[in-house]
Amino acid sequence: MVEQQSSVVSRQSSERNVKINVGNLNVYFGAIHALRNISLEVYKNEILAAIGPANSGKTTFLRCLNRMNDLQPNFRVEGKVLLDGKNVYDTAVDVPFLRRRVGVVFATPTPLPMSVFENIAYGPRRLGTGKRSILEKIVERSLKKAALWDEVKNRLRDSALKLSGGQQQRLCLARALAVEPEVILYDEPCSGLDPISTAKIEETMFELQKDYTQILVTNNTKQAARVSERTAFFLMGELVEIGLTDKIFTAPQDQRTEDYITGRFG
Amino acid sequence: MLFLATLVIFTPIATVLFVLIQRGLPEIRWEFLTQMPRMGMRQGGIFPAIVGTFYLVIGTVAIAMPVGIATAIYLSEYAKETRLKRLIEIAIVNLAGVPSVVYGLFGMGLFVLFLHFGSSILSGALTLAMMSLPVIITSSREALSSVPYSFREASLALGATRWQTVKHAVLPHALPGILTGTVLTIARAAGETAPILFTVAAFYLPKLPHSIFDQCMALPYHLYVITTQVPNVRISLQYGTALVLVGLVLGINLIAVLIRAHIRSQKKW
Amino acid sequence: MKRPTEWFIERWILFNGIFSIAAVGLIFFFLTKEGFNLFKHYPLKDFLSGRQWYPISEPPKFGILPLILGSFWVTAGATLIAVPLGVASALFIAEVAKGWIKEYLKVGVEILAAIPSVVLGFVGLVTLVPMVKQMFHIPTGLTALSGAIMLAFMAMPTVVSIVEDALTAVPRSYREGSIAMGATQWQTIYRITVPAAGSGIVAGVMLGIGRVIGETMAVMMITGNAAVIPHTLLQPVRTMTATIASEMGETVQGSDHYFSLFAIGIVLFVITFIINLAADFFLHRKK
Repeated sequence: MVEQQSSVVSRQSSERNVKINVGNLNVYFGAIHALRNISLEVYKNEILAAIGPANSGKTTFLRCLNRMNDLQPNFRVEGKVLLDGKNVYDTAVDVPFLRRRVGVVFATPTPLPMSVFENIAYGPRRLGTGKRSILEKIVERSLKKAALWDEVKNRLRDSALKLSGGQQQRLCLARALAVEPEVILYDEPCSGLDPISTAKIEETMFELQKDYTQILVTNNTKQAARVSERTAFFLMGELVEIGLTDKIFTAPQDQRTEDYITGRFG
Repeated sequence: MLFLATLVIFTPIATVLFVLIQRGLPEIRWEFLTQMPRMGMRQGGIFPAIVGTFYLVIGTVAIAMPVGIATAIYLSEYAKETRLKRLIEIAIVNLAGVPSVVYGLFGMGLFVLFLHFGSSILSGALTLAMMSLPVIITSSREALSSVPYSFREASLALGATRWQTVKHAVLPHALPGILTGTVLTIARAAGETAPILFTVAAFYLPKLPHSIFDQCMALPYHLYVITTQVPNVRISLQYGTALVLVGLVLGINLIAVLIRAHIRSQKKW
Repeated sequence: MKRPTEWFIERWILFNGIFSIAAVGLIFFFLTKEGFNLFKHYPLKDFLSGRQWYPISEPPKFGILPLILGSFWVTAGATLIAVPLGVASALFIAEVAKGWIKEYLKVGVEILAAIPSVVLGFVGLVTLVPMVKQMFHIPTGLTALSGAIMLAFMAMPTVVSIVEDALTAVPRSYREGSIAMGATQWQTIYRITVPAAGSGIVAGVMLGIGRVIGETMAVMMITGNAAVIPHTLLQPVRTMTATIASEMGETVQGSDHYFSLFAIGIVLFVITFIINLAADFFLHRKK
């Protein structure tokens, strides 16, 4: 682990590829100022963790990256979110296409009430892939990537709602992978899961690191420490600190970060 | 005391149904249902009235269902909390409250006279459809809003468009509820008299309609005619007709209840 | 922008949504289009306050006061019967009844709501009307009272179901708090549940009234249809709805009589519009 991260440091200093560049991001829900002047960069193929107490803005931040916040009433945004250098809030942006590139796994598993197969095929079908043989390949590949294939390969016709909570969550991950995203957002993906299911998801995240940029919002600071290369600490809509996870957890710059990590509040 | 009040309401209903069945049932034979009325409607069957009501109901649903469901989709899936949405909601509330006879006047003014559809199945179905619209909208909207929000989020997050989300992630799960509402609308439309008085209903028409521009007889209007407009109609014939109408309406309602029970037992989320 | 299908469907759905507003406008427009012709040669004041409805005499008289009063008597009578009974049985269903009794009663309400008005009219004609005649020793049982009783049955499902909804929506904690402080069930209902469901109950009553005013077939069949100003409930009356329904067939299109029926339609439309708007206000106030 230590070695892996020291290599990251060296790579970082030598200009890593920036996948997402957030600049002066302000978000309002009506009169509520939910995010204040957030600026940060997300590097290609890294796992970035966003931690913070409830209502700190970390989920709101996550949902800005694929414009899921657009669904909230009275949502207003200022600033820029550049994905590969292009602002996702440009009026010309095709939002469904953006959401395909930036997939998300929600806090509670959200399988649709249909079969395992149809759940995975849902995205590709909406893109116009109707051919059974192609869909079968996509389903198998996605389930394998999410480390769920062995468990469900004989149950593809079963309702997805019959799977266990951990399986459902990995199904949702597989479903997100099926539309071939570049970035995967996780919104407290393990909040309802047991330690074994949590470990499986974390392993999967490591596996996916070579192909995807991943951002993990979590309440669980230990999980952030286990999984991420870098960690961002959010508090009351502000980004307090961002840096190497090691450093954040051992020698934070800001008193508030230290208070949170040592469990003094939140 | 509350129980007593409840009894006061329900005893007459039970009695009425009982009397209708007791006195109407002997009249209901195959010929009664399948023959033309004869002797100035004092003899024979009620076949054309049944057929007319059937056509009217089909027409009503065919017109009201697409518009009603689309409106419900707009209100539940597309509309933001704007003044327009509130205005539409108020309009629907008021449409639901307009007296049926006023719908009849309106249908006559717009469809029969202004659009020159004449007194016809088309005019009658359009009028009944206007009247059914608020019911279909309200029940469809309820069905749509009972679909969990997470379905929409999941679908949109996968890059589905808004309409794809409605079509594939929301509508299929709301469909049984929408169907229940629609079936209830059918029942109501089948029993309405006032809206069809001036738009389609024929006093006596001893032949079946051939096109949507023909007039037709209808069960509820026929019952009105033989109970108040034609002298010396056998009371058992009246009871029989009333029983057929009530049986039809309650039968359709029963279908709706069964669909609803089925949904509840199948509920997956 | 990039997706024409999506754009088209969104417009189509919006169009359908707006249709409801247009429908209200259309109804009003076509009523006034015909109805206002009457006022070209018949003063509005005489129409609204005239005491005589003789549409085919020479000269014709289009005073709708008897009709308004007819509607008023029948509605008032029906409300007086339906509201206490309806609220009481809504209370019974929501607060007292349990298990299958509750379910059966709810189905009963739905059955009552489903029975076509023409059937209730027929039933009233063959059962209630002779009963009223005998009971009060009057020449005919076709009276405002018969109409009011029958209409009460038509209003009750509306009253019961909306009031029951309102009662059920009162949070459990209110009731539990009251019971925990030692109140009896009756005290709880009277002091806690009913006031908490207040605006819902008012809305239910108003919608019930709205339904009664607009009812046509049953009243036409059993109220006797005499267009005179009634003095008691035991007289035959004629309501606005029944006037439209029974006379439209006999009028000549484009005659003043024909226009006057549309003018009555406007009056009905405006009355029910106000009632429904008010009921909606009460329904949404608490939320």
